[in-house]
Amino acid sequence: MRVEGIPASPGYAEGPLFDLDQPPANYKAKASAEEEQVALVKAIGKAVGRLAALIETADGDAAGILEFHIAVLEDDALSGPALAAIGSGQPADVAWRTALDSEIAGYEASDQDYFRARAADLRDIRDQVLRALSEDSEAAAPPGAILYGEDIAPTRFLETDWSEGGGIALKRGSTASHVAMLARSRGVPMVVGLGDEAETLTGVALLDAERGAIVFSPSPAEIEAFRQSASSFADRLGAAKTFLTEPAVTKVGTAVRVQVNIAYPSDVDGIEIESCDGIGLMRTEFLFGKALPDEETQYRAYRKVLEWAGDKPVTIRTVDAGGDKPVPGFTVEETNPFLGLRGIRLSLARRDVFRVQIRALLRAAIHGNLKVMFPMIATPEEYSQATALFAEEEAALAARGVAHQLPPLGIMVEVPSVALAPEAFAGVAFFSIGSNDLTQYVMAAARDNAAVAHLNTVRHPSVLRLIATITAFGRERGIPVSLCGDAGGDPAAIPALLEAGLRDLSVAPAQLATAKAAIADVAV
Amino acid sequence: MSASAEATVLITHAVGLHARPSVKFTKLAKSFAAEVEVAVAANGPWFDAKSIVKVMAAKAPKGTMLHIRAKGEGAVQAVKALVDLVQRDFDEGVDHARSA
Repeated sequence: MRVEGIPASPGYAEGPLFDLDQPPANYKAKASAEEEQVALVKAIGKAVGRLAALIETADGDAAGILEFHIAVLEDDALSGPALAAIGSGQPADVAWRTALDSEIAGYEASDQDYFRARAADLRDIRDQVLRALSEDSEAAAPPGAILYGEDIAPTRFLETDWSEGGGIALKRGSTASHVAMLARSRGVPMVVGLGDEAETLTGVALLDAERGAIVFSPSPAEIEAFRQSASSFADRLGAAKTFLTEPAVTKVGTAVRVQVNIAYPSDVDGIEIESCDGIGLMRTEFLFGKALPDEETQYRAYRKVLEWAGDKPVTIRTVDAGGDKPVPGFTVEETNPFLGLRGIRLSLARRDVFRVQIRALLRAAIHGNLKVMFPMIATPEEYSQATALFAEEEAALAARGVAHQLPPLGIMVEVPSVALAPEAFAGVAFFSIGSNDLTQYVMAAARDNAAVAHLNTVRHPSVLRLIATITAFGRERGIPVSLCGDAGGDPAAIPALLEAGLRDLSVAPAQLATAKAAIADVAV
Repeated sequence: MSASAEATVLITHAVGLHARPSVKFTKLAKSFAAEVEVAVAANGPWFDAKSIVKVMAAKAPKGTMLHIRAKGEGAVQAVKALVDLVQRDFDEGVDHARSA
């Protein structure tokens, strides 16, 4: 049976299905009480780490609940009695379950709905730790397996060994999730939005993450066709590799700059600087995962990447929180977060937080070729307010005698107002088109909603026309224009982007080779 | 003699001292060195205000008169800060209380 979904990271995987949603395995008792106590403390830590990673991808309400779960898990009032029970001879799983069940019983006995509902939270907390406890004993996904389930947590992805292939097939999920980003940068095939149609969970399946489909219980004919497609993909990828270290040029010799997008400073460890023309987008949201980062933490993160890049440009985007990226203590809860206080709007509303990032950027700028851009700019006033803050902080650093440099300040083009009337932005240092958000705002189709995915395409004439408007304006005024959305790395979109006038693309590191190969095929 | 303080405050937040409000409450309590306790009646039982599990066990819905007492370093400031937080509805608007 073939089920269609949405490709989130291209590639092919043939292998056994591994059920992501299976109930926890049984816990295997340890040799001594001390080991049992260590196992429980580690399991609680693991559950907390997992929830913290989930907060990064959760919306406001969900993040609030996760934060509540973390606070409960970290409370000694829960772990204390369990650790004591282990001391008197109980295994860790029994001790934890008993401690939690007595709390749960107290809430279940309540005559108020609200307290009975808290029992569900405590059961969830109980099971998260039991799962973490049993994982040492749990059979991990076999090498090369296709992980199949509702959704997958970033920690699960990072804990999985992908060296022997395998892939991810999700009933829900999103191409914009953190896991999808990780899968693209590691080259792990991934399909999302498969829905609930599939019931079979045994045997081998075929995951076609180039077209976006999974085949359950395949026939011999299906297997043969699949292997041909997989081998053709591998050939194209192999051929593309030969392009990796070469500068990108089109069929007719037009040079195209290809930079990379990174989300974490450590991403650069896996990239050869020779293979790209710089960092076209360094996200900074990762710094804001759990708490607001201090100036020194930010400075070190920016400096690491600038020193890695040497003379090549590094474009750092100021924090783009809000939308689908809530930050506890920073973003606000809104009914329509994509149209709310996100990106530069939030930074200008929370100048105390923004100024810390500005100082870190000004100080880091002396260590390389830094450019800074602001996300979600809609009006020229926002740009002048942001640049004024840079000027103020620069003056303050100068007065204190701190080494610093003012980098060129550009803007993201993702709100349609900028692309429609670029003449209001003639003073910016550069434009960087954020094609993901530009497309979703032009087409009014969320990029994380499988039901409207067919509308969310950068190749719609309306989106391409706006891109062409910006590139033409940039050429006329001598303002550099680049593109750093997912479309830049999509071989199917690259011809249209070059025809729209773009000569500077920024792509996921794993897409460098295929992007350059696709560029070589275009006669522009 | 070490400092001590005690106060009573009316909980006006829609869901009371649970879930998200209790996260904020215990976090704030933990930021003080003083020993801090809460109760829903003047004669106790008293619960450790730095433990979210204990604070939830106090079962303090909207309309509860919450008793807060502290002793030790910063006791006065701790009680004042916690009373303020409850009076500010835990810094959550009405909209947010729904989903807290």
